[in-house]
Amino acid sequence: MRDFVKLENIEMTFISKRGEFTALRDVNLVVKEGEFVSVIGHSGCGKSTVLNIVAGLLDATSGVALCAGREIKGPGPERAVVFQNHSLLPWLTCHQNVFLAVESVFGKVVSHTQLHERTHEALSLVGLDDATLKYPHEISGGMKQRVGIARALAMEPKVLLMDEPFGALDALTRAHLQDELSRIVARTQATVVMVTHDVDEAVLLSDRIVMMSNGPAATVGQILNVNLARPRDRVALANDAQYMRIRGEVLSFLYEKHRNPDQRAA
Amino acid sequence: MSAMPTQGRVLLDTGVLKTESLRTRFQKLLPSARGFAMGVVAPFAGLILLIGIWAIVSTTSPQLPTPLKTWHSAVEVFSNPFYIKGPNDQGIGWNIWNSLKRVGLGFTLAAIVGIPLGFMIGRFAFLNAMAAPIISVLRPVSPLAWLPIGLLVFKAAEAASIWVIAISSVWPMVVNTAAGVARIPQDYLNVARVLKLSEWKIFTRILIPATLPYVMTGIRLSIGVAWLVIVAAEMLTGGIGLGFWVWDEWNNLNVEHIIIAIFVVGIVGLMLEQAILMVAKRFYYD
Repeated sequence: MRDFVKLENIEMTFISKRGEFTALRDVNLVVKEGEFVSVIGHSGCGKSTVLNIVAGLLDATSGVALCAGREIKGPGPERAVVFQNHSLLPWLTCHQNVFLAVESVFGKVVSHTQLHERTHEALSLVGLDDATLKYPHEISGGMKQRVGIARALAMEPKVLLMDEPFGALDALTRAHLQDELSRIVARTQATVVMVTHDVDEAVLLSDRIVMMSNGPAATVGQILNVNLARPRDRVALANDAQYMRIRGEVLSFLYEKHRNPDQRAA
Repeated sequence: MSAMPTQGRVLLDTGVLKTESLRTRFQKLLPSARGFAMGVVAPFAGLILLIGIWAIVSTTSPQLPTPLKTWHSAVEVFSNPFYIKGPNDQGIGWNIWNSLKRVGLGFTLAAIVGIPLGFMIGRFAFLNAMAAPIISVLRPVSPLAWLPIGLLVFKAAEAASIWVIAISSVWPMVVNTAAGVARIPQDYLNVARVLKLSEWKIFTRILIPATLPYVMTGIRLSIGVAWLVIVAAEMLTGGIGLGFWVWDEWNNLNVEHIIIAIFVVGIVGLMLEQAILMVAKRFYYD
């Protein structure tokens, strides 16, 4: 399989009034086509910074960031982002929100009716056929996040980037959306990079888990392969020995080898 | 056999329903009673207190007309609002209409200049740095200080008063529009970048809708300022209008009419504000 996303010796230094702050140093990461990779770490470890560099929303201070063999220069629809707080435009309906993305990517290639059809398909894929004409403030948090996912998928991106996509949701809604994401990814064969701080979410969804050390100058601490068969069933996995072992390894990395700096100070 | 218990339950159900509806009706009455006290009784009491104080003051100061005398005068004024007895003696309706027309004209000019200017200042940091000192210096200037400049440049009283309205009501729109553009959430701009939206789409789909609530606040403040300024401007420039009417009746020593004018200015100002608020509500999201 091809290497889709490649980060080589990435360093990210932010310059603020209080001086320089090196968030990332020597970050190396390869994501293959069709792979689901989770980036996990304590808050403030720079995992979102990694995602934003792949998205092109941030420029790395040094190092090389590639997507499909080309250098990443700025954001683009081939690297669609599902934002943590859904980031839907509140003055547009669900349909209009997704349509804006579809129109921007395919507006010059296909007809107007086809643009609307694609929009419908994307919303239907995330199970929102009935809410297309509603405004974001009229639907629940879980549904908003689905629209966010639909918007990203409708762009037919090479890589789907998700920044703690279910972080703001309650546990039941989160579980439901994880299952749905898993189903959609299986169907679309999408390549996904997801930032999370939820260990179960990472193990359940990923092919590989990238564990990051704490900042400043955070880097990739360890990479774990998740060799669980798909489709994965969360109830059956709860007592699965291999699932428990992988989960244990992630927990041991996060809470023994790289404890949260806030807790260590306290 | 089976019909009996069912019937019994129906009776029981309706009984429960009845007591519940009575209780809910009672519960609904309580907050509505409080709402009635706060929404009707309190404002009414305030108004009566004001009129009471006015009545007491008017007994000690013979030049100040009593509330009753003013009321009779108001009934007379409003019984024939659209008479024309010459260039300087016209009905209250014409006075209100002419003042509104000047405010409308001056405000429209201010909006045409102020809103686009605000957009540009908010979007481009360089323009903001350029405009900030000028705005800071000119904004606190009393509106009437602009009148001589207007008279000098336009050589006409009518144009000068519109100029005063425009220059003094432009600032809230510039400042609020600029603040709105500058405060567009980074999330929306990130969406625009990821979606690779064109400049035009960014403008129409993100910039304008995100800024509209701020623009509407600017418009509301501007109209408030414009209406505040009109009385003073008309007092100095003349012509038919509420401000001139106040000045004219001061010269006639018709204090009842001056008090009527004060109420009219206040009520029309309130109505303008409420009208803008109603329009503005349509642009608030979430």
